[in-house]
Amino acid sequence: MTELGSLALVLAVLLPFLGVLAGLVLGGRNVRAVALITILAGLAVVVSSAFSFVQSAQPLTYLLGAWAPPLGIALRADGLSVAMMLAVAVVVAGIAAYAWSDFAPPADGVEKRAPFMYWLLLLAVWGSLNLVFLSGDLFTLYVALELLTFSGVPLVCLDGRGETLRSALRYLLFALAGSLLYLLGAVLLYGAYGTLDIALLAGLVRPGPIAWTAAALMTVGLLAKTALFPLHIWLPPAHAGAPAAGSAILSALVIKGSWFLVVRLWFDVMPGVVTLSSAQLLAAMGALAILVGSIVALRQQRLKLLVAYSTVAQIGYLFLMFPLAFDASGAILINGAALDAGVLQASAHATAKAGMFMAAGLIYASLGHDRIADLAGVARAMPITVLAFAVAGLALMGVVPSGAYLAKKLLLDAAGESGQWWWTVVLQGGAAFTAGYMVLVLVSVFRRPSVPVVLLKRASRLSEAAALSLAVCSLLLALAALGPVPGDLISNPLAPKELLSTLAVVVGGGLLAFGLSRRSLSAVAAADDGYVRRIMGPAGAVFERMDEFARRWTSASVLLLSLAGLFTWLMIKGVAG
Amino acid sequence: MITAANLFGLCAAALIGLGLFGLITNPHPLRKILAFNIIGSGVFLLFGVIAYRGAGAGMAADPVPQALLITGIVVAFSATALAVALLLRLHDETGSASLSAEATDTESRAEQDTPSS
Amino acid sequence: MMDWLNLGLAALILGLGIWVVLAREAFSAVVGFISYGLLLTLVWVQLSGVDVALTEAAIGGGLTGALLIGAASRLKRTENAVSAEQPGTALKWLAAGLSAAVTVVLAVCVLALPEPAPTRAAEVAANIDSTGVGNPITAVLLAFRAMDTLLEAVVLVFALIGVWSLTPDRFWAGRPGNRQTADPNGILAYIASTLPPIGIVVGLYIFWIGADYPGGKFQGATILAAMWLLVIMAGLVDTPTISRVPLRMALVLGPLVFIGIGFLGVVSAGAFLAYPIDYAKPLILTIEFALMPTLTLILGLLLLGAPQRAVES
Repeated sequence: MTELGSLALVLAVLLPFLGVLAGLVLGGRNVRAVALITILAGLAVVVSSAFSFVQSAQPLTYLLGAWAPPLGIALRADGLSVAMMLAVAVVVAGIAAYAWSDFAPPADGVEKRAPFMYWLLLLAVWGSLNLVFLSGDLFTLYVALELLTFSGVPLVCLDGRGETLRSALRYLLFALAGSLLYLLGAVLLYGAYGTLDIALLAGLVRPGPIAWTAAALMTVGLLAKTALFPLHIWLPPAHAGAPAAGSAILSALVIKGSWFLVVRLWFDVMPGVVTLSSAQLLAAMGALAILVGSIVALRQQRLKLLVAYSTVAQIGYLFLMFPLAFDASGAILINGAALDAGVLQASAHATAKAGMFMAAGLIYASLGHDRIADLAGVARAMPITVLAFAVAGLALMGVVPSGAYLAKKLLLDAAGESGQWWWTVVLQGGAAFTAGYMVLVLVSVFRRPSVPVVLLKRASRLSEAAALSLAVCSLLLALAALGPVPGDLISNPLAPKELLSTLAVVVGGGLLAFGLSRRSLSAVAAADDGYVRRIMGPAGAVFERMDEFARRWTSASVLLLSLAGLFTWLMIKGVAG
Repeated sequence: MITAANLFGLCAAALIGLGLFGLITNPHPLRKILAFNIIGSGVFLLFGVIAYRGAGAGMAADPVPQALLITGIVVAFSATALAVALLLRLHDETGSASLSAEATDTESRAEQDTPSS
Repeated sequence: MMDWLNLGLAALILGLGIWVVLAREAFSAVVGFISYGLLLTLVWVQLSGVDVALTEAAIGGGLTGALLIGAASRLKRTENAVSAEQPGTALKWLAAGLSAAVTVVLAVCVLALPEPAPTRAAEVAANIDSTGVGNPITAVLLAFRAMDTLLEAVVLVFALIGVWSLTPDRFWAGRPGNRQTADPNGILAYIASTLPPIGIVVGLYIFWIGADYPGGKFQGATILAAMWLLVIMAGLVDTPTISRVPLRMALVLGPLVFIGIGFLGVVSAGAFLAYPIDYAKPLILTIEFALMPTLTLILGLLLLGAPQRAVES
């Protein structure tokens, strides 16, 4: 329980924190080097804990202070934690490589704010995430959530501009509301069961008013932090306004923390309390996120905003697995294929989204702007960057053998088995929506420019390589997951069936882009004003209005409470009916 | 008569509701921060009631929740400090303290889909 | 008679809560909030939570109140502009309805809490002797759930890093706050020179006594921080520049010692943050001692905010 082998769990959490403390003392001149050392050491620790886990073939536990729950706190690593820790470690390394030159220590040795803060915040986010993945106590998880929020918010306003400060404040306030709701639920659980340890609670929690209330409040609070539509009020401006290296951290990593907690809560603490209908609500929100997020992404004029809205859409995917993870009788959530699919989706998204934001950031830095309409010629001028962007997009679309592809396959199988055909529609249709905004950007960058493209700044090779590597990781993720998943699930990517479906997805996406994007993005919409656009154009505007409505503070907070009520009702109803 | 535990428990429930109302309706961020603190103190009060109900073994209250409360109060203070610092900086930088989306809208809605040249 | 006291307290607290939420001006709302905090302290005493009462008084009411009052006075001019964004009556009624629903649901939960209440008091009582401290809350904070306390210190450091990240670039590595001056013969200077020694003794006493009686490092550190801020306000010392290495070292000292002792526990007692039987109390005291300067500095610096003056060349 406290052997040296499991000590890696403690190190996984503490090494990044030690890095922050060391960086704070050693100052701006050395902080980047401290980050490098910490990342290398942390990678080693995470890999070693993965090995220990695989060898022991059962979850690793570490009793802190040698006190067992319910008196003490335990760290626990199961397959879910280990997989997420690995994915996050890889992404952190990639982001560090990307940001290496952007946030280099100043040449004159005088500490500057932004580079100094960036490395501290990167390590802080990493440590907090590892704590979220490993902690086995609900209150420690609350502290971890706060750590994550405190590390993520300053990244949004790192450049100090007025709009980013405003976005950061909105993010902070909404995230704090989410944490408080989470804490309230945890408090209720302690009041009813006398412990906050996840493993102990799993055996104690029974459906009842306190369990329902706690489940609803904690879920909704965490959804607010994960920015699941329509609770995404803070995400688009925050992620778009942060520096690219920061957006990568925020989109790819930070939101995974609260998502992970929803999974822990539903699968490990309350599998018998959450009902199929409440899971349907969760996935319905996800489907809506995919729909609205993708369409609003298509309507954007700036690349970083497009990528931010694509995050809104991709978050929806992370929640589709919940109704598909119930056992045959529809009574209890089980750790099966659907959960594997969820983890795959999360890892695939983390790597691909990081790569995408990195590519967008490189384009922005090199051109001085990121207006999609004016990206002509970029493909020729920055081939590796555009390749990274395209590969990331393919990975998100679910092209074989990407992680998203395998996740979709697993979910489609589960949907088929449980007869929930509507999720099949969502899964298949969602890929087309993803393809939509990818096609939009790629068509724009491949156009021939009327005047030669002038690059303000040459992108650093390391940054381009980092972006491309992460995107490729996502594209090949299914191969990495071959261990726990049967190999025959991955068909030959060049087989006619797969090529045809990829083509169908891309064509579908192209149509959506053609119909829904703004006229000013002349590349795709320049075809004359046929009646397809006249029908679809206003539809696009409607979705934009929906998004804008949900992003107002009063509507978002009202929706927050209403959803809590809805979840409670569905949990009560599911038991009675 | 109502027990102290139930009385303050109901009081906590009311405070949480009050704070939520303030959080939703008051547009000024500083008032939202105040509302947070009301909600937070309501949650802490509820936890304290739970601790009080857990008296036993020679102690007047269950010490675990009380210890967690101390941590919680400190964390809440640091959250308030960060939020206030962010708000003040926003004010220094832009002169306004508004959170409204119009002030930072992602796309100018006024841009019409004009026929392209 | 106790019931009337409790009823009175509950009514006052609710009344003040309503005031805080509905008051027109932020400044009066904050004043209401500070009174609210003080009354809450009394409630904690009624609920047999003296340690919590001390923390609430020091940090919840005192430090938070000071922070918010400063902010309210600086933001006075923005209130009119922002109040134009008030939601309409319909939305307010909807919000009120939803909040009331939450209250009702929570009230149901409160009344549905199980009887007899599940509690960990028995386990704490059974194991407290091996920790060497007499105060069960200190035992929970620094022995049974020491990781939470370590993480709490990290939370404070992260919050400070977050606040510092908000510094305008031109003021980076400078000093928080404006230069304060006070009439050297005035009352503020007088208080600031006579009170701190007493305050320091009181603060250290409360920290020291926390091992066996209500008290502890957070409460003690708050008092020390208050004394430091008093001295700053009177202009007797200036705020520190945030790039000075000694300051930074003092900030990380607490968590580092804590983590160090934690790893020592791996070697000597078999687990991270475990204490060998006879050395538990000295180790706990060492941790607390190392945390004191860190906590004092962080609490004070959080109140002072991000630097607003550049380093003088």
